[in-house]
Amino acid sequence: MNQEEKKARILKVSILRFDPHDPDDFPHMETFEVEEADGMTLYIVLNEIREHHDNSLKFDFVCRAGICGSCSMLVNGRPTLACRTLTSKLDENITLAPLPLFELIGDLSIYTGKWMRYLNDHIETWIHDKETELNVDKLEERMEPELADEIYELDRCVECGCCVAGCGTIQMRPSFIGAVGLNKVARYHLDPRDKRSDEDYYEIVGDEDGVFGCMTLLGCEDVCPKDLPLQSKIAYLRRMMLKTAK
Amino acid sequence: MKVIYTDVLIIGGGLAGLRVATGVKERGHDAIVLTLVPPKRSHSAAAQGGMQASLANSKMGEGDNEDVHFSDTIKGSDWGADQMVARMFTHCAPKAIRELAHWGVPWSRVKKGDRTAIINAKKVTITEKEEAHGLITARDFGGTKKWRTCYTSDGTGHSMLYAMDNKAHEDKVEIHERLEAIALIHENSRCYGAIARNLMTGELVAYVSKATTIATGGYGRIYSVSTNAIICQGIGQAIALETGIATLGNMEAIQFHPTAIVPVGILTTEGCRGDGGVLRDVDGYRFMPDYEPEKKELASRDVVSRRMTEHMRKGKGVKSRYGDHLWLDITILGREHIEKNLREVKEICENFLGIDPAEKWIPVRPTQHYSMGGIRTKYTGESQTMRGLFSCGEAACWDLHGFNRLGGNSVSETVVSGMLVAEYISDFIDSNESDIGIHSTKIEYFLQREQDKIDALLAKENGEDAYEIRRAMEKIMMDKVGIFRNGKDLQQAVDELEVLYKRSKNIEVFRSKSRAANPALVNAYRTQKMVKIALCVAYGALLRTESRGAHSREDFPKRDDAHWLKRTITSWPDEEQTLPTVSYEEIDVNTMEMPPGFRGYGKDLTKHNPRTQQAQEKVDRIKEQLEKEGKDRFEIQDALMPFRDKLPKKYQGRNERLGENI
Repeated sequence: MNQEEKKARILKVSILRFDPHDPDDFPHMETFEVEEADGMTLYIVLNEIREHHDNSLKFDFVCRAGICGSCSMLVNGRPTLACRTLTSKLDENITLAPLPLFELIGDLSIYTGKWMRYLNDHIETWIHDKETELNVDKLEERMEPELADEIYELDRCVECGCCVAGCGTIQMRPSFIGAVGLNKVARYHLDPRDKRSDEDYYEIVGDEDGVFGCMTLLGCEDVCPKDLPLQSKIAYLRRMMLKTAK
Repeated sequence: MKVIYTDVLIIGGGLAGLRVATGVKERGHDAIVLTLVPPKRSHSAAAQGGMQASLANSKMGEGDNEDVHFSDTIKGSDWGADQMVARMFTHCAPKAIRELAHWGVPWSRVKKGDRTAIINAKKVTITEKEEAHGLITARDFGGTKKWRTCYTSDGTGHSMLYAMDNKAHEDKVEIHERLEAIALIHENSRCYGAIARNLMTGELVAYVSKATTIATGGYGRIYSVSTNAIICQGIGQAIALETGIATLGNMEAIQFHPTAIVPVGILTTEGCRGDGGVLRDVDGYRFMPDYEPEKKELASRDVVSRRMTEHMRKGKGVKSRYGDHLWLDITILGREHIEKNLREVKEICENFLGIDPAEKWIPVRPTQHYSMGGIRTKYTGESQTMRGLFSCGEAACWDLHGFNRLGGNSVSETVVSGMLVAEYISDFIDSNESDIGIHSTKIEYFLQREQDKIDALLAKENGEDAYEIRRAMEKIMMDKVGIFRNGKDLQQAVDELEVLYKRSKNIEVFRSKSRAANPALVNAYRTQKMVKIALCVAYGALLRTESRGAHSREDFPKRDDAHWLKRTITSWPDEEQTLPTVSYEEIDVNTMEMPPGFRGYGKDLTKHNPRTQQAQEKVDRIKEQLEKEGKDRFEIQDALMPFRDKLPKKYQGRNERLGENI
C-alpha cells in the first residue's frame, strides 16, 4: 500500500437543514468536511460536526447500536439507521436528509414517536384477552417453542419508520398504516394469547388504509434494517382478509 | 404559567417507569409519564441476554427457587445489598415474568427431549423434561448457581419494553414525549412534581403531582466509553441531589461489563459466555480457567472484568490503535445457534466491526455498563429524606445490587420494583398525607428559577465551552475512577472534577441561541448536572478505603467488613458547596439472613466484622433447630428474616413451580 492510499479521506457531508421554529429560516443544504477515521459511523460524523462545526445541528440518537430505531434518516436518499452506517461503505460525498412523511423537529430530527403512538392506538397493538384471569402465582401458560420463536421474529420491529419512508402507497395515501402496521397485525394474529377474531382484524386492516391499500412495491422490505419478512406477511394477511371478507 | 396537575408524575419511560404507570392506573390513579424519547426507544430496549426469575423449568434450572436466587444475589453484591429488598425481589421475579408473558412477551420456551449445548467448551446433551415442554426456558449467566436467565433470543429488553409500552397504551397512560424534567418542585422536605422543559419547543411546564417517581436509569455517560445509551446521563439523580434534601446511595458502585466491542463500546451480551463462548488472549489462549478454575468465564461480572484487565496488564492483550483488547470467541457455538439466540450480537458484529462472529473472534474489553448507585430509597421506593419522591429501576438504590449486580437482575429489577413501588405509591396517594399543600407562588418560584437559569446560559458571554468541560470530565472518570482504583488517582480525580464543577457554573451556549429545540443548550445544562454526579462517584470512591464488589482499590485490596459494611450516602445541601456531603448508613449483620462470607473468587481477603461470626452461628443454630423439627424452607426463611408482610397483599402468595406448591 502506498502513502497516497493510507491517507484518510475527507468526507463532504451535505445535510438538509431547516429549523421550523425560526421564522427566517428556510430549507437549505449545508456541507461540512470531516476527516474519516477507522470504523467511523454516521453517529460519530454527526457528533463531530455538532461538537466542532455547528452546535445547533439537530439529530436523534439514543442507543447508537442499531437497537432503538431513533436515528433513521435518508442517507444518499435511502432510509436507514444512521448509527450503524459505516462511512467506509459510502462515497466521500454523503447526503443526509430527514426521513420524509414524519413531523420535522429540525434538521435531521423527526417526531416518529407521535406517528407510531397513533398507529399503535389505531391497531391496538396489545394482547386482547378478557377471558383469562392472570394469577401471577401459577405456572405460566404453555406455548410451543417454535411458535414463540415465530412471534419473536415479528416482534423484532423497532418502529424506526424506514418502511414508512420507503413506501410508495403512503406517499399518495397518508392514512395507510404501512408495513410497520401490517407486520404488527400479523404478529398479534399469530399470537394465541390475543383472542381477537379474523373479523376483528378485518375491521382494522380490511380496507385501503390497511392491507388492500398496499401496491406491492415492497420498498419496505428493501429498506427494513431488521430484515423483517414484510413481503410474506403482507401476502399472508391479504389471503386471510380475503377469506374473511367472503 | 403552564401547570399540569396529576396524581403520579413519572419521570422516565423505560421498563421501570412504565410498570409504575400501569400499576398506579390499575389502582385508579392518574399518571403522566415524562420521557426524553418515545418510550420504546428507552435504554431498557438494549438489554439483550435476559431476565432472572427462578422458574426452574429447564433441566439446568432444576432445583432453583427464591432461596438460590437470593443467595446468588447477595454473594454477587459482596454483601452490600439490602437483604430484605433482595428477598422481596427474588420472591416477585417469577410473578413479574408471568405477568409479562400474559402481556405478550414471546419468551423462549422449553422443548422436550435432547438438545446440544456447549458447557466449558465441550458439547453436551441436555434432555429436557416432557412436563416442562412449552414453559419458559432459561440460559446460564455469570455468578448464578442455576440456569435462571429467561430470554427472547438476545432481544429480551426490546420484547419486554414493547409489551410494557403496549400495555401502557391499552391502559391509556398519558405519555408526554420529549419532555425533560430539569428540577423537582418541593417544600418542607415534600416533593410536589417537577419543572420540565419541552425539548421541541423549549417551553417550561410545571407538573404538579401528589407523588413523583424518578425512573431515569443510570449515569454511565459520565464516562467517555460506556455501553449505555447516550441519554443515560444521570439527570434524574442530579435533580434529586439538587433539592439538597434527597440523598443518593453508593454512587461509587459502578459496574464494568466484560464484553463490549472495541472501540465503540457497544455491548455483546453475557449470554455469549452463558451459552458457551470463551475469552481468549493475544495468543488465542483461553485464560479465564487459570484465574477462576471453578466459574471461569462465568464468574461474576466484576471478577471477570478485573481478570481481563490483569491479563492485559501482563502484556497478553491484543494491541490495536484504540488500546489493548481481548477476544470473545463464540464460533464454537455454531452458526445455527448464533443466528437464533445471539442475532443482535451478530448484527452488531456485522454492522460495527464488519465481521461474522460465527467465523471470527470479537474484539472486546471491559466497559462501563451499570450504575448500582442511585437515589437512596426505602424498600417502598420512597426517598429516605423527601416525602412523595419515589424512585425505582437503575435510577434508584433501594438497594438490591450492593456493589455488584448480577447479569439478568437489572431488567428483572425494573419490572419487579415497578410493580411494587406502584402499590406503595398508590397506598400513599390513598392516604391523607398525599394532599398537595404547596402554594402556587412557590410553584411559580421554581418555574421562574429554571427559566432564569436557561436565560443566563443563553445570555452568557466569554464563558466556558460545555463540550470541553464534559470531555474533560469523561476522561477523568475513565482514567482515574475505573475498574482498578487507587488513592492517588482518585484524589486527583476529585480535585480536577472540583475545578471543572466551578468552571461549569460559567458555561456559555455558543452561537446556537434558540430557545426551542437546541442541542447546545441541552448539553450546557446537562453538563452542569453531570459534573455533580461525577463528583459524587469519585469522592465516594476516594473515601471508601476498601475493595467491595466492583469498587476495587489497589491500595486497599481487602473487603473490610469491620469498617465498611455501610452504604455511602451523598447529598448537596448547600448550592455554594463544591463537593458533595458524604455520610454513611450502617448495615447491621444481625439483621441478615445471610451474614457476610466468602464469595468464592481468588483468595479470601476479607477483614471480617467482629459480629459476623456470632450472627452466622445464630443463623446456623436456628436453621439446624427448625430442620430438626421438620420445618420447610419457607418456615425456616421466615424465622431468619421475615419479609412477606412488607409486600403488597396481592404479591404475597407462594410461587408455583413444577414439583412445588402444585
